[in-house]
Amino acid sequence: MVRLTIDGREFEAGEGSTILEVLQDNGIEMPTLCYHEALTPQGACRLCMVEIAEGDRSRLVASCLFPVREGLVVRTNTQRVIQTRRMVIELLLARCPNVPAVREMAEKLGGQKPHPRFELSDEDCVLCGLCVRACREVVGIGAISFVNRGTVRKVSTPFDEASDVCIGCGACAYVCPTGAIELEDIGDTRRIGRWKAELKLKRCKVCSNYFAPEFQLEYIRKFAKLPEDFFEVCPTCRK
Amino acid sequence: MGIAKVDSIIDKYRAEPGSLTSILQDIQAEHNYLSKPALIKVSERVGLPLSQAYSLATFYKAFSLEPRGRHLISVCLGTACHVRGGVRIKEKIERDLKVHAGQTTKDKMFTLQTVNCLGCCALGPIVVIDGQYHGQATQPKVGSILKKYKKVHEGERGEAG
Amino acid sequence: MRAKEVKRVRSPEDLEALRDSIVSRRDPNKPCITVCSGTGCHAYGCESVTEAFIDEVKKQEIEGKVDIKTTGCHGFCERGPITVIHPEGIFYQRVTVEDVPEIISETVVNKNIIERLLYVDPNTGQKIVYERGVPFYKKQNRLIFGNNGLIDPTSIDDYVALGGYSALSKALYDMRPEGIIDVIKASGLRGRGGGGFPTGRKWESCRRADGDVRYVVCNADEGDPGAYTDRSLLEGNPHSIIEGMIIGAYAIGSNQGFVYVRDEYPLAVRNLSVALRQAEDYGLLGEDILGSGFDFQIRINRGAGAFVSGESSALMAALEGRVGEPRAKYIHTVERGLWDRPTSLNNVETWANVPLIIERGPDWYSKIGTEKSKGTKIFSLVGRINNTGLVEVPMGITLGEIVHDIGGGIPNGKKFKAVQTGGPSGGCIPESLFDTPVDFERLTEVGSMMGSGGMIVMDEDTCMVDVAKYFLGFLEEESCGKCVPCREGIRQMYHILTDITEGRGQPGDIELLEELSRVLRDASLCALGATAPNPVLTTIRYFREEYESHIKDKRCPAGVCKELIHYSIDQDRCNGCGACLKVCPQHVISGQKKEPHTLSQDECIKCGACYEACKFDAIVIE
Repeated sequence: MVRLTIDGREFEAGEGSTILEVLQDNGIEMPTLCYHEALTPQGACRLCMVEIAEGDRSRLVASCLFPVREGLVVRTNTQRVIQTRRMVIELLLARCPNVPAVREMAEKLGGQKPHPRFELSDEDCVLCGLCVRACREVVGIGAISFVNRGTVRKVSTPFDEASDVCIGCGACAYVCPTGAIELEDIGDTRRIGRWKAELKLKRCKVCSNYFAPEFQLEYIRKFAKLPEDFFEVCPTCRK
Repeated sequence: MGIAKVDSIIDKYRAEPGSLTSILQDIQAEHNYLSKPALIKVSERVGLPLSQAYSLATFYKAFSLEPRGRHLISVCLGTACHVRGGVRIKEKIERDLKVHAGQTTKDKMFTLQTVNCLGCCALGPIVVIDGQYHGQATQPKVGSILKKYKKVHEGERGEAG
Repeated sequence: MRAKEVKRVRSPEDLEALRDSIVSRRDPNKPCITVCSGTGCHAYGCESVTEAFIDEVKKQEIEGKVDIKTTGCHGFCERGPITVIHPEGIFYQRVTVEDVPEIISETVVNKNIIERLLYVDPNTGQKIVYERGVPFYKKQNRLIFGNNGLIDPTSIDDYVALGGYSALSKALYDMRPEGIIDVIKASGLRGRGGGGFPTGRKWESCRRADGDVRYVVCNADEGDPGAYTDRSLLEGNPHSIIEGMIIGAYAIGSNQGFVYVRDEYPLAVRNLSVALRQAEDYGLLGEDILGSGFDFQIRINRGAGAFVSGESSALMAALEGRVGEPRAKYIHTVERGLWDRPTSLNNVETWANVPLIIERGPDWYSKIGTEKSKGTKIFSLVGRINNTGLVEVPMGITLGEIVHDIGGGIPNGKKFKAVQTGGPSGGCIPESLFDTPVDFERLTEVGSMMGSGGMIVMDEDTCMVDVAKYFLGFLEEESCGKCVPCREGIRQMYHILTDITEGRGQPGDIELLEELSRVLRDASLCALGATAPNPVLTTIRYFREEYESHIKDKRCPAGVCKELIHYSIDQDRCNGCGACLKVCPQHVISGQKKEPHTLSQDECIKCGACYEACKFDAIVIE
């Protein structure tokens, strides 16, 4: 265990924790966008910046990545931190002025409108990468990834075509903080429009409801070495 | 299509996931671009998702997903060449070929790209065409070089036709 | 298939014997024609010159009486192709294929000097005969670079003959790993890639880090536009880097090294590959090096066209076959680097310094330079300067000395304006600060940084706002795009600078640029974003009037920014030759032969072709 100071108060934390984990464990508020506890932190959005003291100097670090150490002195709300967070969200707002989640966060952080001098785009994706990480790390498929670099960076399937490995699990839609990824089940088809994914749904032999994509069930069945007819009945009816 | 060549390149690197970029570089050098079948084959054999190979292919400037033009024109826009008027030279080529830097002409003859510092700063501004260096470039010089290349191809087309 | 079997060197004595046998087979008085064959001279056509020498030597029937050697870059790129005739050291510049027969018959055979090929000192009018007398070289201290002119990079024998690999022998047999680290620490060597981190401390941390497997990496991704020092070192003297890496690996406890070379450097890759193979053949690399029991391999990886991949964590990601993007470095790469193992990444020039320090000792080395910046630094001195080339200077020399005494001042009588160091992470330093010494801390104090070696000279015809815009444009293309401040911040800064250079600047723009700069510095994930503001901040600091002129008066004083200038024809100077009319792509120039021409503004696209073509200074830009 290590002891550290946050905003003048002392805390104890396990070695190997990050500052953000300590903050969240102790109910101290910290804005995040690209963070999810089930996924590897990236430090991409730069909203979770905090100021740490190093001798007589200080610097800003991303709390989702910075490992705690004995005697660390952290301040979460200095002027420098607040101004930085505000400018970061204003920059993001200039990219995504019509995304509600971004606008809400901007209001909370003190910058309601995009800066009048900034050039505006109209993107719906904040490039947090949570969908990419979920698909790769948790689901283990990696149907989507970051494409290109810099200002034209985006998340997509290879060649912007319908993926032939997507199992339609919807993990990407679940973790997306802006709702840019929509998953809908219409009749016997599941659609994830953003990835041009269209998967046929399996119908339960007992209740006749569509419950999961066939492709997904086949993937799970093979992976877990289950018998051929395992998914003929949906989980609800199997009980 | 040359998939056999792709396989032998992958063999050379023992299909190691860590050599993914090197594999793609050799394929790019061989085919002058990275085709979809090639990327699919590489991902399969190396055991990584296609999306990862695609990320690499789109991140790095050295890779092209479309076949490159027959002649590669590189205009140096390193700081020294910039300060010596490299931008005007680039614009001249863009006007003459009717493409922007990063694009290939419709007839697939020329691909124009900018590079940052070839290390021939004494000769700046510099244009390299198919490995041939043209230093102390001026707009008229560049114009006449391009004309020569075009003439050669018109001649070829004339003979073929 | 090798023509002769190469004998492996298995002990210091073997190495000595090898050196003796090479040297004894060479007659120091035998004439040797060296032709500079760096990439720059390749562009000048040095290959044809070399071929011409080979042919002419045959023709004049003196084969066997004279050697011809292609060497690495001599540094004086302005004057290429360069040929130096040994043993005298006669220096011929701007040599053409037509000059070759005369060089053979006059200089090589008859020992006469060909005056027209000599370098003429523009200040004194004096003709300089010997390489050592050329003013360009006089104030340099060419400890690392000097051997380029004496070595054929594809010949390991050349390197051994000059004493190469004796530092390695000393390190493996007379020193312990910790001792080597102490020596490097005592020497004061600091990273030459731009960061300036003390090399000895980096090696020590790497050695002490947890883990059984360690790696050493050579960063040859040299991405700063305008810098080509690393390339010329790798091309011209690859063994110096190899030797440095083996010594470092031994000190750190690593058995595997990587050299990550930029994609745009095929000659460097070629020469390095040859050098690696030759070193292995001699038993100086690979298993049981020099019979010491130490194993070490080096592998070459090529970059693929991304500046950001030169950042240490990005480079390691690229080596792992992943996209070359940086990660936050709260845990240093010396602790967890390549494949999460302790890794020491050092720049090409840093590695090249190592054999020298081991050979001559830290006391000798630390006498060169300033208190905190020891040794020499190689710069590529380029831009609006008379003597373009690669210079190696002792730390502590002033910028003014470099620009005037070595660089020979500004061409065409133009006024000096600024010198830019540190590439896109650096800044522009004005003449008033010319007495700033080349020193890590001092350059940072004035707002710039040492960087990897680019030193770009700018004159009165350079617009400093345009320069800031240029660097931001470069970085916008090269940003990996992962973090918001860099991706979106640079984009907005570039947008504002574009507005300013196109006449749409607004009051408050300078302050907004400064505010964005603070955020980029504080919040970017890696050094690309964090140092991106430097060119903007230094140009605002030293050339604020130029910004204000663009914003308030919609004027570009240097006559560069297209939307703020217009071209016209001086009626008194124009003699109606029609040269401008011929080249104008928009056909906006009209006039009768031998009568002053006129330029119509409406369709003029400010391409500058007329300005280039006019020999009478009749095209006015204002």
